[in-house]
Amino acid sequence: MSMDVAALGRWGIDSLRELGRAGLLLLRVVFRLPDFKKGFPLVMQQVYAEGVLSLLIIVVSGLFIGMVVALQGYHTLVKFGAAQQLGPLVALSVTRELGPVVTALLFAGRAGSAVTAEIGLMKATEQLSSMEMMAVDPLRRVIAPRLWGGFISMPLLAIIFNTVAIYGAYLVGVKWLGLDAGAFWSNMQTSVDFHLDVINGLIKSVVFGLVIVWIALYQGYYAEPTSAGIANATTRTVVYSSLATLGLDFVLTAMMIGGW
Amino acid sequence: MTNLVEISNLHFERNKRVIFDGVDIVIPQGKITAVMGPSGTGKTTLLRLIGAQLQPGEGRILVAGENIHRLSTDALYKLRKKMGMLFQSGGLFTHLNVFENVAFALREHTKLSNDMIRSLVLMKLEMVGLRGAQNLMPSELSGGMARRVALARAVALDPQLIMYDEPLSGQDPISMGVLVKLIRTLNDALGMTSIIVSHDVTETLSIADYVYVMANGKIIGQGTPDAINQDKSAQMRQFVDGLPDGPVPFHYPAKALDQDLLGVS
Repeated sequence: MSMDVAALGRWGIDSLRELGRAGLLLLRVVFRLPDFKKGFPLVMQQVYAEGVLSLLIIVVSGLFIGMVVALQGYHTLVKFGAAQQLGPLVALSVTRELGPVVTALLFAGRAGSAVTAEIGLMKATEQLSSMEMMAVDPLRRVIAPRLWGGFISMPLLAIIFNTVAIYGAYLVGVKWLGLDAGAFWSNMQTSVDFHLDVINGLIKSVVFGLVIVWIALYQGYYAEPTSAGIANATTRTVVYSSLATLGLDFVLTAMMIGGW
Repeated sequence: MTNLVEISNLHFERNKRVIFDGVDIVIPQGKITAVMGPSGTGKTTLLRLIGAQLQPGEGRILVAGENIHRLSTDALYKLRKKMGMLFQSGGLFTHLNVFENVAFALREHTKLSNDMIRSLVLMKLEMVGLRGAQNLMPSELSGGMARRVALARAVALDPQLIMYDEPLSGQDPISMGVLVKLIRTLNDALGMTSIIVSHDVTETLSIADYVYVMANGKIIGQGTPDAINQDKSAQMRQFVDGLPDGPVPFHYPAKALDQDLLGVS
């Protein structure tokens, strides 16, 4: 019994220590900004690596999710004679929840895992150490641009996801199922509030982006420098990021609905 | 003669294992000093301590007269500009080609024009014989070539102190000969101070001016290469002559073989 309590205590202390270490890493990265002239191109490279290279998966997923929501929504709404409300249904689902959450989950799988593997490999092959010995701070040169790259990319990806998903719903609802295009768009415009729905959704995506890249960077930076260590770190990034996204989504939704 | 690095009473532990137990080492300016010892004695750790990538448990390390572990981050990075390190794996940036790897520190720390950087990089690459490989990626280089590129990169800022971590291990005879020549030439021609950690006895003794031999967390011998060759202590003879058994036992500690075979606990 006492051994179990000791093990639980050790687990608790280890978890808190890890959280503290991750917090310190974030603080050091946030407060060690690269100078603009050198930092801007590095951040743009990361926007490309984390954002542009994730575009395909985001666009394809957004299209299919929009189409599926429209199809499912139509068959339910039509029972109540409310098929014309398909536009608002899709737009609200996508902008409030599906857009930020699904984009974040895909971003964690595509960009988060890549960031962890890259940083972990740089550590294992002594690239980070050699950078330190060349008097170049890896936090400033390698870690910070990736954090800001993710911070910028996520909301942009969420906007693209939302747009494509709504277009997918339009294709299914209007072009395939024969709803009136004017009713589809005008009902959507009437029902969707820019601040409450669109902006709140984007705020979620900014938070998710920051948390996912933070987890990915921490896992890579402190990965055990072996192939098994990097593989485990990559897996942890995807698992922790996904859980953090879903958990935070609930918290943020509660705050937003409560009017914060 | 002044000392560029002074290590006194160094203690360091990792995972409760004692790596250094009161080590004193001085590295004189302008000389090649070798630190040798069997694998696992903490030679690489020593270089990381000198570069302040690790913190000692006790003792102090002075580099260019400054206690390197007491410096602020900015002062430490300023001092590191005077240091170069050749890592065992090379540590080349895999996303940059050979030219950009060597140019990295120049682009980060100087405001030189692109033309000037190009000239400096080509001179460094010429020195290691790889000017023709400037457009290759690290994945296209052999192990020996990668280490030569890493050497060119390590000296890009013309540091006062250069540290070599096992520069000769895993090299074919030709690459080894090239590296031995380069280390000596760099030290003499550019007036650098060099620290080599290695367990390649013959080659290291051929270029070092002074040698420290470590085992079990302590210095077990020191002197010029000739003095090391003539040292009669059993520990030193085992290491220098490469004897399989001696003070460092061939067998990892275990119970008696017959007991193990019979499964006696």
